[in-house]
Amino acid sequence: MTELKVVANATCTFCGCVCDDIELTVEGDHITKAKNACVLGKAWFLNHHVEPGPSARIRGKEVSLEEAMDEAARILTDAKFPIVYGLSDTTCEAQRVAVAIADWVGACIDTTTSVCHGPSGMAFQGVGEVTCSLGEVKNRADLVIFWGCNPAESHPRHWTRYSTMPKGLFVPRGRKDRTVVLVDVRKTKSAPAADIFLQIRPRMDFEVLWVLRALVKGLKLDPADLADTGVSLQQLEDLAGKMKSCKFGVLFFGMGLSMTRGKHLNVEAALALTRDLNDFTRFYAAPMRGHGNVTGADNVVSWQTGYPFGVHLGKGFPRFNPGEFTTTDTLARKEADAAMIIASDPMGNFSQAARDHLGTIPYIALDPKETATTAAATVAFTTATYGINVPGTVYRMDDVPIPLRAAFDSPHPSDELVLRGIEKRVRALQRASAAAR
Amino acid sequence: MEKKAEELFILIAGRSTRQGTSMNESKFGKDYTEEIGTVQVCPEDMNRLAISPGDLVRLRTGQGAIEIPCVAARDGELPPGMLFMAYGHYSSQLMGSDTHGTGMPSSKGLDVYFSRIGPPVSA
Ligand code: SF4
Repeated sequence: MTELKVVANATCTFCGCVCDDIELTVEGDHITKAKNACVLGKAWFLNHHVEPGPSARIRGKEVSLEEAMDEAARILTDAKFPIVYGLSDTTCEAQRVAVAIADWVGACIDTTTSVCHGPSGMAFQGVGEVTCSLGEVKNRADLVIFWGCNPAESHPRHWTRYSTMPKGLFVPRGRKDRTVVLVDVRKTKSAPAADIFLQIRPRMDFEVLWVLRALVKGLKLDPADLADTGVSLQQLEDLAGKMKSCKFGVLFFGMGLSMTRGKHLNVEAALALTRDLNDFTRFYAAPMRGHGNVTGADNVVSWQTGYPFGVHLGKGFPRFNPGEFTTTDTLARKEADAAMIIASDPMGNFSQAARDHLGTIPYIALDPKETATTAAATVAFTTATYGINVPGTVYRMDDVPIPLRAAFDSPHPSDELVLRGIEKRVRALQRASAAAR
Repeated sequence: MEKKAEELFILIAGRSTRQGTSMNESKFGKDYTEEIGTVQVCPEDMNRLAISPGDLVRLRTGQGAIEIPCVAARDGELPPGMLFMAYGHYSSQLMGSDTHGTGMPSSKGLDVYFSRIGPPVSA
């Protein structure tokens, strides 16, 4: 008979909310119920199956784990400009080993942050970050603004668990004590749940944020100056007034800012507005992070190199330069001559020039599922899924570390185990080559 | 197939619920490939350009071109002149690799040349 098990307080790692209140019912190697999970979380848990086929392949042929780790270490040590990329869907424990390997082989280490909130990371460095935890938002926020994001489809429980619905210490009536504002270029599925929806024209985020800064500072503006933005001066005056008079405001921003022309400048405008508002009240800003442990990737790469993404370790010390050491760039410019991709699918979502080059160099891929990236990899590892088969630590989007509980074992190894095996072999090859010199 | 003149639109690539749920099944499955391989057009533009749901349309940028079916966006979701696609293989083909010193290629708010190709081949 199949064993039935209930896992309480399991953590969903499908999105950056990393809800840790999920109750899983597990029958053998299948999850049959995921209580409390949203539609995305349910799809994450209930569709999870142990990938059939081998744990390791070289050029599509099944090999032993040891052979694949040997080949991976050889590819990385032979390369002149290796890159290590991905990391946002694995544990912090695995991320640490990936950074160590990058350091040993003098690679560029970069995470999927560079193609989501990388520009926000640049803006944090430029302006600073006035931030708070989601717990503070839950207990205190009476004005919640979402800008360039669509939580209804990408972070479905953000509203119910953290930001708009829950009753908190200083907002005892929950949603009734809050004003919710959505600013976007599309009237998304999130719009009906907001009190105020401002539909701005595409690529006008910077201008609208800058106008809000002026209004917050009490400057008089001509309504004609806003003609191209899609919103009126009156609408923005009203919003600026609400921002200044709230007790605790928060601006959550999404990739509508970081992926649109202007990128880090759009986010800098949002952060500068937030900073300005602290002359009048308490105001905070935070990015809506997508992948389950992309925030952990930023943290781990920062602890170990001093920078969050796009770090070059080839000179024996870390150098940070987005646009130079970030993966889209190193691939599209044909600089990388080998790659290790961990829990990410650049073959499915990078620019064509970057994909074309990745297809011409030897690369290693680790992923629990078959993707366009694993299918074309020189060495492919099928690994166990974090949060379902593998315990460990992830960071919620507000930088709060959350533990993972495994629901059942996988026949496949964890990312950490594979990476440790590769690291050991890289060191052995390097020692042998030093001894031969 | 008759080809209509191209018009300049703005393409927003983003997430959708169906993309999020179907990628957990398989990135090679029907639901996922259908979701990332379909463009949403606002109903006013569909009427104006005599496009029916399911028609093949062409999207072109300086980087590449794709020919995919379209559907009407939910009423009011897209303003005229704007298209929406779920991120993935197809939207990435329209994206350049210049990251303007950020690491991030522009992938929302892209200028795309849009034209109707005609009914799907199977029709
Ligand atoms: S909101 Fe995100 S983390 Fe929470 S259950 Fe849904 S997908 Fe999982």
